[in-house]
Amino acid sequence: MQTVASFWRRYAEIYLMLWRNSVVREMSFKANFILWIFVEGLWFALQLAFMMVIYRHTDQIATWSKYEVVMLVGTSQVIQQLFTAIFFTNCVELSEHVRTGRLDFMLLLPMNTRFLISFRKVDLGGFINAAGALAVVAYGAKQLELHPSWTQFVGYATLVVAALLIHYSLMLILVSTSFFTVRSQGIVWGYYNLFNIARLPDAAFKGIFRAVFTFVLPMLLVSNVPTKLLAEKLGSPLEIALLLGMSGALLGLSEVVWRACLKRYTSASS
Amino acid sequence: MKKYFHVINIGVQNTLVYRANFFFRAAFALIPLTATIFLWKTVYAGKDSGDVAGYSLAGMISYYLLVTIVDALTAVNEDDWQIAADIREGAINQFLLKPIDYLTYRLCLFVSGRAVYVASAFIPVLLFLLVQREYLVPPPDAQTFGLFLFSLVLTALLQFFMSYTMALLAFWVLEVSTFIFILFAFEYIAGGHLFPIDIMPPALATALHYTPFPYQMFFPVSIYLGRSVGAELWSGLAVQLGWVALMYMAARFVWARGTRKYTAFGG
Repeated sequence: MQTVASFWRRYAEIYLMLWRNSVVREMSFKANFILWIFVEGLWFALQLAFMMVIYRHTDQIATWSKYEVVMLVGTSQVIQQLFTAIFFTNCVELSEHVRTGRLDFMLLLPMNTRFLISFRKVDLGGFINAAGALAVVAYGAKQLELHPSWTQFVGYATLVVAALLIHYSLMLILVSTSFFTVRSQGIVWGYYNLFNIARLPDAAFKGIFRAVFTFVLPMLLVSNVPTKLLAEKLGSPLEIALLLGMSGALLGLSEVVWRACLKRYTSASS
Repeated sequence: MKKYFHVINIGVQNTLVYRANFFFRAAFALIPLTATIFLWKTVYAGKDSGDVAGYSLAGMISYYLLVTIVDALTAVNEDDWQIAADIREGAINQFLLKPIDYLTYRLCLFVSGRAVYVASAFIPVLLFLLVQREYLVPPPDAQTFGLFLFSLVLTALLQFFMSYTMALLAFWVLEVSTFIFILFAFEYIAGGHLFPIDIMPPALATALHYTPFPYQMFFPVSIYLGRSVGAELWSGLAVQLGWVALMYMAARFVWARGTRKYTAFGG
């Protein structure tokens, strides 16, 4: 009988193998690897510059001060880069697997197919960029003279993971539509647009826009809530509960959608 | 000349395949635009003067709306990727043999691509402009608007020649996407996509005017908003024209050097 421990060990071993493959793949294009890190860093600097320019002309955006926004933009980048590192390429490739019929082969392998399609490749540059962004968060915290406790650190890390799962679940739901539309680049690109919202302070938004991007596509929660926890800006602990709840709900929904879509899969070639 | 009309015709027909894609792309792009407008409204709400570096709230929102319009009309979409792929995969061989000029050919495809994009994006963007109409300021007068349109054409040419030259790097390097993204990043911030460049520290904004980037977006918008007037407007147009000429020559030069080195890989 397969015990729980051996189940986890097996999947951990598989993931280690996938990691090793990714490292080998990336290291065969070293210059490209470094250039991409530079490009991502440049875009991050650009986002920070945007906020810096706004704060040349104002001291506050609603309730948010300059360095609180630095922490917010940094946190958003940490989450986006971790998402890119772990999930993004894999989600994008799903439509290719469907189009070419490679998914047939994956369905036959003796493991959970969702696990395989979600974790097949690792984008190592993303981890380096995430570390850079984390340094920016730390810089912002230092400027604000924050001294977070261990509970805040653990809470921040937990919320970042919850945020990652939100992005992952939403993205998987969106790319699952490739079972019907075959090409989903447009959707992927559209989703990437939403990252732009995640790095803006929630207090700037009102009305339907705020409601939609809190309760349907919780972009205004993913980076705002962890930042507010660290910067001691939380209105109420309910915000944490909301982020965790949305994360769990979307993860569940993505599994339902994934299974429903897989049922419709009819294989492409041969 | 006639053959290039055929190219435009074929280009339009080929790009029409992507009309749904363009439609969604334009519609999705309105979401971050809405967010930016919210952000600026909040900034203005927190200020008593109602003024940021000479922009009123309506002026600021108009700026972003115009950027959206200018971008739809002039942005290089897939052209640079396609040019790089043509070189990498040897598809340009036929152009070296046939009496057709690759740059003109590509320019025709760029024009047809923009035409289809504008047609696909028209409805969502127009609806958005209607919703925001109270913030959209009209141009000062007809002459200014005419000069705005003229500058718009120069912007399109400048965007095209710069992207074209960048894509020709594919003659020397296998993977040009990083270079394209780096150029894009500079266009994005130094061109004024992200915010009007004259709200930056003045020294930086002045320095940027010695680069081609503001002429890829900021300059025509500033004409429309009546922020470039008189001698400044005319000298700006001259400089923009100069950049277009320079980038055209760069494109020709790099192509000449590239084809000399080209080994028709793949074929």
